[in-house]
Amino acid sequence: MTEKEESVKLLGFWASPFSRRVEMALKLKGVPYEYLEEDLPNKTPLLLELNPLHKKVPVLVHNDKILLESHLILEYIDQIWKKNPILPQDPYEKAMARFWAKFIDEQILTLGFRSLVKAEKGREVAIEETREMLMFLEKEVTGKDFFGGKTIGFLDMIAGSMIPFCLARLWEGMGIDMIPGEKFPELNRWIKTLEEVEAVRGCIPPRDKQIERMTKIAETIRSA
Amino acid sequence: MAEEVILLDFWPSMFGMRTRIALEEKNVKFDYREQDLWNKSPILLEMNPVHKKIPVLIHNGKPVCESLIQMEYIDEVWPSKTPLLPSDPYQRAQAKFWGDFIDKKVYGSARLIWGAKGEEHEAGKKEFIEILKTLESELGDKTYFGGETFGYVDIALIGFYSWFEAYEKFGNFSIEAECPKLIAWAKRCVKRESVAKSLPGSEKITKFVPELKEKLGIE
Repeated sequence: MTEKEESVKLLGFWASPFSRRVEMALKLKGVPYEYLEEDLPNKTPLLLELNPLHKKVPVLVHNDKILLESHLILEYIDQIWKKNPILPQDPYEKAMARFWAKFIDEQILTLGFRSLVKAEKGREVAIEETREMLMFLEKEVTGKDFFGGKTIGFLDMIAGSMIPFCLARLWEGMGIDMIPGEKFPELNRWIKTLEEVEAVRGCIPPRDKQIERMTKIAETIRSA
Repeated sequence: MAEEVILLDFWPSMFGMRTRIALEEKNVKFDYREQDLWNKSPILLEMNPVHKKIPVLIHNGKPVCESLIQMEYIDEVWPSKTPLLPSDPYQRAQAKFWGDFIDKKVYGSARLIWGAKGEEHEAGKKEFIEILKTLESELGDKTYFGGETFGYVDIALIGFYSWFEAYEKFGNFSIEAECPKLIAWAKRCVKRESVAKSLPGSEKITKFVPELKEKLGIE
């Protein structure tokens, strides 16, 4: 792939785990890109033009191609820029990575955010339900440095951007120790390993600012 | 090596239909096992402990869950002259985008048509029509969503067609009147053997809905 005509733009938001994970992939693969920060909730005309259906970040613009949906963007990036592959080669391993990725962005996000904040069945029940789901991930990462194996992969980026660098800040703001070391030794080890990866380090939203934001969103959900 | 392919499924599931079609398209022999969702079998619970849902594709003892993921897996494991997904990364991303859109939007709104009353029902109906119109616009004048060849997006959507008669009955509207091109597309799809084999009759689905509502405790 020649670099001279290549143009890569990413529309993102500092607090969005969905755009942060795309940044991780681009950084890991050494892809130069122009980052355009959206000032959410004030969506730019550019965002609305590029993603009229969903009006959401991230949007990746590669030359004249518009890519939407973070999982799809990650897969696209992996297919175009071959350095440091993030998806497994084996079809079964790939299917499993996609399965867990969906699980994180659906089950974990719903239970660990919305359901927890609303806690209709009581806070303790909500915490237990979230932990039950997280236990699946604890098992998945057991005996491995990363979900991807020896090196950071697709699932690490999705899980990392969502759990330690987003949801955990909400949990901290709520005074909940969702993944204590005694119950989740593997996940905690994985988080520490992840934080050491250079491509990841630059993509972690500032902690206090994120806690403040997540707490505010929680308030809005609660009072809705 | 002997291939063992098992599909845990439920006959009216538009998600299960996708996997059936994909396997048929690839001429893969599979053992279809009907599941009772109100009395889940040990194999279902063992093979999909996370969601306990169908369809579950079990290939040589290893489970693959989620119908769109199964479709992609099938396409990769049994490559053929007519792949379900394009090989070009951008076109692939576009196909999967629409698959994801169908997954997120169609079922939820459709369910309100047969499963809800009053305002919710009306809102579901309105949203459902809008979503179909968006899909119809994406189809345009093409034979199939991917162009000339039947593929991933067609398979992701066609199962819902077996439910259209039920939606029309419960919603008191005509889908063909709203989206004639989409209906024409659906009629083209059901002419394919893989689809004809995999979709139950509309009448059977329509008859099933009251039973389903009772099972779900909906009036």
